[in-house]
Amino acid sequence: MPFGQGRSGGRGKSDKKGGEKGQGQRRTLFRRRKVCKFCADKIDDINYKDVKLITPFVPERGKILPRRISGTCAMHQRKLQTAIKRARQIALIPYVTD
Amino acid sequence: MPAVAERQYELVYILPADTTDQQVTELHEQVDSVVSKMNGKIEKTENWGRKRLAYEIAHQKEGVYVLEVINGDGELMKELDRRLRVIDLVIRHMIVRVDEEKKVVDRTRTKRQAESERRRVKRGLPPVRQPGEGRSVDTDDMDDDHYEAEV
Repeated sequence: MPFGQGRSGGRGKSDKKGGEKGQGQRRTLFRRRKVCKFCADKIDDINYKDVKLITPFVPERGKILPRRISGTCAMHQRKLQTAIKRARQIALIPYVTD
Repeated sequence: MPAVAERQYELVYILPADTTDQQVTELHEQVDSVVSKMNGKIEKTENWGRKRLAYEIAHQKEGVYVLEVINGDGELMKELDRRLRVIDLVIRHMIVRVDEEKKVVDRTRTKRQAESERRRVKRGLPPVRQPGEGRSVDTDDMDDDHYEAEV
């Protein structure tokens, strides 16, 4: 039944829209505002030797966690990036894991 | 005073897991001799001991890490880099210049401290935070907000 399917698909969308209209809120789910961990904890020095600090930003696959997910500010993401790349060079952090 | 301010570098090298302590000290002496010959100075040496490598290097799964903080110029580090490349015992090494970053970190730290002291004095508080003052840091919800995926 293509018609029914179309309707059920559309319903989710309309729900979202309704929320937007009513509350001025785009998402129905409450989302905590992301803050840069390094700004919040006042960590100035992101060092490649500090594996404990870096590992939360390197998920299982070994890629660098993007800013849009981690909430890190641009400056600290840049520093984190160099730290991760250095740590990879001396095998503290993997390049890839599969 | 020299024309160029002295630079500081960090050298990390990895040796195979089965190297003896004697070999480690020997290598350290080799590095030291190069450094002192070219008017440098080893500021600090740290032996991190055996560590698991995140990936295999030269068919090794573990390695002995040694960190040396060296004051010297670029020529010295170039020479050191060249020599470490030749030595077969060293399976991996990395040289990083640290003095500039260190300066920036120190500056931001002192700046922040001065700023906080200034603000505290303005509010009529002692410049340094007293123990038991302010809200305590809530640790248990600090970690989980880094993993929230965008929907």
